[in-house]
Amino acid sequence: MNERIRKLREESLKAVNRISAERALLVTRFYRSAVAHEVTVPVQRALCFDYILKHKSICILPNELIVGERGPSPKATPTYPEINLHSLQDLEVLHNREKVHFQSDEDTRKAFAEEVIPFWKGMTNRDRMMRLLPLEWHQAYEAGIFTEFMEQRAPGHTVLGDKIYHKGMQDIITDIHRAMEKLDFMNDPQAFEKQEELKAMEISAGAIILYALRHADKLLEMASGEGDPDRKRELEEIASICRWVPAYAPRTFHEALQYYWFVHLGVITELNPWDSFNPGRLDQHLYPFYKKELEEGTLTADRAIELLQAFWIKFNNHPAPPKVGITAQESNTYTDFSLINLGGVKADGSDAVNELTYIILDVIEEMRLLQPSSMVQVSKKNPDSFLHRAIRIIKTGFGQPSVFNTDAIVQELVRQGKSIEDARRGGASGCVESGAFGTESYILTGYFNIPKVLEITLHNGKDPLTGKRIGMITGDPADFSSFEELLDAFNRQLRHFINIKIKGSNIIEKIFALYMPAPFLSLLIDDCVSNGKDYNAGGTRYNTSYIQGVGMGTITDSLTALQYHVFDRKTISLKKMLDALEKNFEGYEDLHYELVYNTPKYGNDDAYADENLVRVFEMYYDAVDGMPSPRGGTYRINLLPTTCHVYFGSKIRALPDGRKAKEPVSEGVSPVQGSDHQGPTSVIKSVAKIDHIRTGGTLLNQKFAPSFFKDDDSIQKLGQLIRSYFRLDGHHIQFNVVSADTLRDAQKHPEKHRDLIVRVAGYSDYFNDLGGDLQDEIIRRTEHEVL
Amino acid sequence: MAAKGLIFDIKRFSVNDGPGIRTTVFFKGCPLDCRWCHNPESQSCEPEPISVTRRLNGKEYQHQETVGKYMTVEEVMAELLKENIFHETSGGGVTFSGGEPLFQPEFLADLARACRTRNIHTCLDTSGYCDPCLFSRLIPLFDLFLYDIKIFDRDQHIQYTGYPNDEILANLRQLDKTGVPYIIRVPVIPGVNDDAESMNSLLTFTGSLGNPVKEVHFLPYHPLAFHKLENLGRTDKMDKSIRINESELHKFVIEFEQAGCKVKTGG
Repeated sequence: MNERIRKLREESLKAVNRISAERALLVTRFYRSAVAHEVTVPVQRALCFDYILKHKSICILPNELIVGERGPSPKATPTYPEINLHSLQDLEVLHNREKVHFQSDEDTRKAFAEEVIPFWKGMTNRDRMMRLLPLEWHQAYEAGIFTEFMEQRAPGHTVLGDKIYHKGMQDIITDIHRAMEKLDFMNDPQAFEKQEELKAMEISAGAIILYALRHADKLLEMASGEGDPDRKRELEEIASICRWVPAYAPRTFHEALQYYWFVHLGVITELNPWDSFNPGRLDQHLYPFYKKELEEGTLTADRAIELLQAFWIKFNNHPAPPKVGITAQESNTYTDFSLINLGGVKADGSDAVNELTYIILDVIEEMRLLQPSSMVQVSKKNPDSFLHRAIRIIKTGFGQPSVFNTDAIVQELVRQGKSIEDARRGGASGCVESGAFGTESYILTGYFNIPKVLEITLHNGKDPLTGKRIGMITGDPADFSSFEELLDAFNRQLRHFINIKIKGSNIIEKIFALYMPAPFLSLLIDDCVSNGKDYNAGGTRYNTSYIQGVGMGTITDSLTALQYHVFDRKTISLKKMLDALEKNFEGYEDLHYELVYNTPKYGNDDAYADENLVRVFEMYYDAVDGMPSPRGGTYRINLLPTTCHVYFGSKIRALPDGRKAKEPVSEGVSPVQGSDHQGPTSVIKSVAKIDHIRTGGTLLNQKFAPSFFKDDDSIQKLGQLIRSYFRLDGHHIQFNVVSADTLRDAQKHPEKHRDLIVRVAGYSDYFNDLGGDLQDEIIRRTEHEVL
Repeated sequence: MAAKGLIFDIKRFSVNDGPGIRTTVFFKGCPLDCRWCHNPESQSCEPEPISVTRRLNGKEYQHQETVGKYMTVEEVMAELLKENIFHETSGGGVTFSGGEPLFQPEFLADLARACRTRNIHTCLDTSGYCDPCLFSRLIPLFDLFLYDIKIFDRDQHIQYTGYPNDEILANLRQLDKTGVPYIIRVPVIPGVNDDAESMNSLLTFTGSLGNPVKEVHFLPYHPLAFHKLENLGRTDKMDKSIRINESELHKFVIEFEQAGCKVKTGG
C-alpha cells in the first residue's frame, strides 16, 4: 500500500471508539418540532432523516479519496434513541468495560442527561415493544430461550444488488413519480398508505443528494485553502464526483465507490439496521467500470487498488452501534458484519470470477482489517486458482475470507421461492445467511437456545435456574420408559417455545411496519418503490424471517449421552443423571469422565451420535419452516451463533454431554469443542448429514495449526476438502489458524481440544497425543510461524 | 481368503502419504527393528496393551487400551468407503502402511483387490523387506509405491534394522521394471545415513534405475517416537538430543535435483 493509504489505515486503527451525541440530539430536536407531528409516520421518518443529513457535521480527513462519516469523526458512533435509549449508566458501562468499549466525554453525558434522556425515556420503540409483548414471551426471553434482534436494532439484514450502478437517485425519483401516477384511490384501499410511503421515499432520495452536495461544498472550501496543487486538484475532482453521485448513475470506478458509500451512510444513519449494510457482490458490480476505464485509459490497476483500499478503510471507521443493558454479551464486537462477496456465478449461471475478483482478494490480504469482512463464493464452475488464492489469505490467520458454497446457496434460495436469476444474484451476508441481494428483506429475528429446551424438558417444564415453570408439562422424565418418549417430550417443548418466539416476532414486525418505516432503505431494495410499500412492511420482492438455532453439537451430544447411558446401556438412572447435573458433576467425577471420554460424540462420522443431530434438525425445521409472517413472508431456519453460544451457555446448568454449568454451548453446526477426534473429513461427513439446502445458512468452524499450510500441496488439499464438503451440499466453512495461546490452553484443558491437529514432522498428529516436550516445541514453533 | 488382518489404526484425512486426501490403514507387525521407528506400536505382531493417560478437571485418569485389532476385509472397507467423497474429489485414495503391510500378504492382497473393484486408488508404503517371488506377485495390485530406502551398506543395515538389505534392493529393481510408479522415501537419521557417502550411494542407485520419473522424499528424523515408546513401557534406543543438520540436507537435496530427481523434504 502507498503512503497515503498506510496513513489513513493507521489513523483508522488508532481512532478511539466513542459515543457521539450528534445524531441523538438532532433526532430529539426534530421530534420536538411541530412539523414532526403534522404528518404521517413514513413522512415523519423521512423528514427526520432529511433533518439529520442537513444538520450533521461533515467530516473529510486529510488525503481521503472516498468521503463521508456517519459521525463527526472516525469511530464516533451515534445512538438511535427512537429505537433504544442509552441511560447514563449504559454510557458508563460502555466507557469502562474492558472489551469493546466506547468512550464518552463530559459533553456527551451532559447532552444525554439534559436533552436526550428526558425526551425519550419510556417513549422508544423498545419501550413500546416491551409493553406489547405477552408475559410468556418475557419469561422465555429472560430465561435465555431466545434473543430478539429487533429489541435494540431495526430490521435490516439486507444486501444491495446492482441497482445504484445504473440508476441515480434522480432516476429512482422518476420511478417514484411513476408509481404515484398509478395510484388508484377509487379501487385500491391502500392507495393512501402507498402515497405517503412514496412521498417519504422521495424526501429521502432528495436528502441524500443534498448530503452529497454538502460534501462537495466542503471539498471546494478545502481546495481553496489547499497549498499542495496535487491535493487541490484531487479535492476538486472529488467535489465534482459528489455533485454527480448519488444524483445520477455513476460513470467511473471512483464514482461507483463513492455512490455506494453515500448510500451506506444513508442506511446506517436512517436507522441502526442489523448488519449495517453491504455492497454484496462487489467484484461483479465494479467490474464493468473497471474494464471500461482500463480500456479507455482513465484508470490504472494501481489506482483501482488505491481506491478500493480507501473504501475498505471507510468500513473500518464504522463500528457497530453499541447496545444497551444486559445483552452486551450477545454479540460483543465492533464488527458490523458487512460481508463482501466475491466469485460465485452470474445471473445466467456462468462462472463470475473476473480480474477484479483477484484484485479485491489482494486488497483484503494487504489491508488486514476487521471491517469489512469478506468471503468467497465457490461454485463448482469457479476455477481452483480462485479457491487457492483465497486459501493463501486464510492461511495468514486473520479469519478471512470465509468460504461459501454458491451452488448450495442458489438451491436454498430457489427452494424458498426465488427465481433462479434472483437466487444467482444472491449470496450470503452477516455471518452466513443466504439472501437474494437487492430484492429481499431477510430479517434475523433472534437466536434460539436449543439445549436449554432439553434442560427444561428434563425438569418437566421448569427452568431449574429460577424454579419458574415456563414450559409445558410433558411428564416427569424419570417415568419415561424409552428414549423416544424423551424425544417426544423435547419436541413438544421445542414447539411450545418456537410458537412463543414466532408470536412475539410477529408483534415486533408489525410494530416496525407501523411505527418505524425505513423509506431510505426502501429506495434501494426492489420492489419497494413499485409496490409503494416500505422495506419494514413487506415492500420487497421476497420477505423472510429467520430464527437461528444455536447449540446443535451440544444438544446432539446431550441426547446421545442420555440414549447411550440411561436407555441403551442402563448404566445410570435418569434420576441419578439429573442429580449429577444439578451438582455440576461434583461427587460424580467418574461419570463426568465417562460422559466426556467414553460416549459417542457428534463430529466423528459415527451414526449412533449423528442420528440425533438429524432428529433435532428435523424437529427444529418442522417447527419453524413455512410459518407465515406479517410482512407476507415466511419463517425459515438457519444455524449460526455469532457469539450467542456464550450467553446461552451462561443460562444453562450442566448438561449430559459433560458440559459444565454456564460454559458456552457449541457454535454453529460445529461439533462440541474438542469432541471430534477423527479429523476434518469425519467432521464434514457428520455435519453433512443434515440437509443444508433446507436452511438459510449453517456455520462450520475448523481449526488448523499454521504448520499445516507449509507447502503448496496443503493448499490444494484444503481446497479439495472444501470441494468435498460442498459436493455434500455443505453451506459454509471457515478456517481458524490456531495460535500459540490456543495450544497453551490445550495443554491445560486437553478435553476441550481433542480435535486439534498439528503438523509434527513429515506428518500430523493430535496435539493431545504428543509428549509435553514436543508440545512445548510446537508452541514455540507456532509463535514463530504465525504471520 | 485371509480371514482377518491385524490393524492398529485407520487414519482419515491423511495428507502426507501419497496424492490427494487419503485414508491410511496401518498394519501391525514388522519384520524389521529399526532403531528410529516412529511407529513403535506397529512393530509387534500381536495386539498389545498401551497405557493411556487422560486429564479432566486437573485429575489424571489412567487406563489400558489395546493397540491392534483383528479386522475383516469388509470391516476395513466399510471404514474406507466412508471417505469415498474425499478420495474421489481429491484424486486421493488408500495408503497401506504399518508396520509392514507385506508381513500380512494375503490380507493385504484381499484388501487391495477389494479396493480395486471399488475403483479406489491404492498406495503401498513399504520397507520392501519381503520374499521377492511374493513381492512380484503383489506389485500389480497397487497403483503407487512409497518405497523406503534406509541404508546401502549391508552390515550397517543389519546393525540398525536387524536384517540385511538384499531383498529390499532386489525388490525395488523388480518394481522399477514393471513400470508401476513409485516414490523413494528416505528417513534421514543423523549419524546413520545423513553423511555424504550414504547420500552418494543413494544417488548412484537411483541413477541406475530405469523409471524416468525419479521422485525422492527425505523424511528428517524426529524424536516424536519417545513418548509412544514410554507409553508402551519400552525404553528408547535413540539419543533424544540429536537433530538433523538442515543445511547439510539442503545441499544433498540440490544434488539430487541436479541429477534430475523430483525431491521433497518433510513429506
